[in-house]
Amino acid sequence: MNTDKKQNKEEVRLMKGNEAVAHAAIRCGCDGYFGYPITPQSEIMETLMELEPWNTTGMVVLQAESETASINMVYGAAGCGKKAMTSSSSPGISLMQEGISYMAGAELPCVIVNVMRGGPGLGTIQPSQADYFQTVKGGGHGDYKMITLAPASVQEMADYTVMAFDLAFKYRTPTMVLADGVIGQMMEKVVLPPFQPRWTEEEIKQNAPWATLGKTPDRKPNIINSLRMDANDMEELNILLQSRYREIEKKEVLFEEFDCDDAEYLIVAFGISARICQKAVKLAKKEGIKAGLLRPITLYPFPIEVLKKYAEKVKGMLSVEMNAGQMVEDVRLAVNGKVPVEYFGRMGGIVPTPDEVVEALKNKLIK
Amino acid sequence: MNISEIINPANLVFDKPKVMNDTPMHYCPGCSHGVVHKLISEIIEEMDIQDKTIGIAPVGCAVFAYQYLDIDWQQAAHGRAPALATAVKRLLPDRYVFTYQGDGDLASIGTAETIHACNRGENIAIIFINNGIYGMTGGQMAPTTLKGMKSSTSPNGRDIPRNGNPFNITNLLAQLEGTCYVTRQAVHTVASVRKCKKAIQKALENSMLNKGTSIVEVVSTCSSGWKMTPAESNNWMVDNMFPEYPMGDLKNI
Repeated sequence: MNTDKKQNKEEVRLMKGNEAVAHAAIRCGCDGYFGYPITPQSEIMETLMELEPWNTTGMVVLQAESETASINMVYGAAGCGKKAMTSSSSPGISLMQEGISYMAGAELPCVIVNVMRGGPGLGTIQPSQADYFQTVKGGGHGDYKMITLAPASVQEMADYTVMAFDLAFKYRTPTMVLADGVIGQMMEKVVLPPFQPRWTEEEIKQNAPWATLGKTPDRKPNIINSLRMDANDMEELNILLQSRYREIEKKEVLFEEFDCDDAEYLIVAFGISARICQKAVKLAKKEGIKAGLLRPITLYPFPIEVLKKYAEKVKGMLSVEMNAGQMVEDVRLAVNGKVPVEYFGRMGGIVPTPDEVVEALKNKLIK
Repeated sequence: MNISEIINPANLVFDKPKVMNDTPMHYCPGCSHGVVHKLISEIIEEMDIQDKTIGIAPVGCAVFAYQYLDIDWQQAAHGRAPALATAVKRLLPDRYVFTYQGDGDLASIGTAETIHACNRGENIAIIFINNGIYGMTGGQMAPTTLKGMKSSTSPNGRDIPRNGNPFNITNLLAQLEGTCYVTRQAVHTVASVRKCKKAIQKALENSMLNKGTSIVEVVSTCSSGWKMTPAESNNWMVDNMFPEYPMGDLKNI
């Protein structure tokens, strides 16, 4: 954690992860939030409505008629070069996939927060990580990728909301903060980010020259669009997007390592699972098992290189996820058969315990 | 009189609006879209609001509207134009924001976005082209297709028990508290074109008066989809479409 922030005592607050997202959005100069209520993330919009940022920063907060409308409002706002965001939970994010694909195709930056709950279907309001595939493999139609940040604390809910806007505009792409019901609902100390003013129209013209602010005589019309009738043109757009994704993969990978230096077994986990696995690593050590934890912070781009490096050093890896085993496929691809990669997880809204993780480590890898 | 005399600016009696560019239109002969595009261009030029106007293009025949008018555009997913326009107008309240949508886009897949934008009273103008058919995809049945009217997905004519009733969404929108101006127009005669232009201009002007949403339905022809000549289409529209979708203001506050 940033030590400067720790010293700034008056800014330390106790709040839910969802509330931290709302505070961070206002503070980082977000122009518009458009959302639809769904458990377990409704506190994001509730907090925004209580804080009434339209009276302070001028930020627009609007409760839409559906998630479909929300994401399309985000499209409209982003098309004007505005910092726009929405949030939802798994079933609502499914409804947004059309809009996310359109925004990827139209090269529009935005932030989407998914506080995951168990599925499939209406599922449960309990926490889950079962939207990993949907998030990092596309979700909507067509070839696109979405930068995905996975917070593991209330602090990171705030920090990654800010970071997500920076990345979204840097690469003109939708960016997701992929949390879960635990991170959204739990209360922790948080140091809120500093206030940044919203961009002026002059700044938007500088930072987003493609924005639809009205055609002035000095330029051609700006058109926000993902339609290319000619297949050659469509391929050209795809090539541009893919080259951007390669750059993201090269420059934006983030991960965290715990006790990995002498690790013989590597646990790979993100979000709340990584918090649980930190404890599991300690318990394993007590039993004489040299375990370490690698926590991907960016799920896309995935930390492939560091996993390759550990594949040369460790005896095996265990991917711990609150789903039926999704990220494990990416770990296996990264490791490419060098060492055994096993999966342990709970589904449907059950949070695994550290003891269960240690047991799985022993049963599946050490034997 | 030779050609050089005819094109002499002093002899010019009609000119293309400057907001309309030279891109050849893909619309079929007799289609109403071209006329409505020209009206919007004229109004933007006359009101001198080119730098303050943002159009939201639909999915449907008008999907390429952004190719013809030199203004800033956003092209929306099918039916979602009012959601885009909502955000654009709320974040840029001093801009003129309009959506341009067909009947499939506005009255079928985008019904929720349309009704809720109107119910919130978003200060936008909605231009609604109603030709009773899906033109772009090849003449399928639309929500506004008339009873007994043939289309590629109702080849024996719209059968009410099987296909449901024609959806008069404009009547419904007029009942919402959020709308301030709801009118039904056409562009099949010189007089109707002039009236339609006034209606669209009023809708755009309203969007700056904080009065709520304005909707201009333009009952339109689709000679290709209807499989008629342009002249026959106009007559068929008057005889068949107008009784179901009557001309005139439904609401004007």
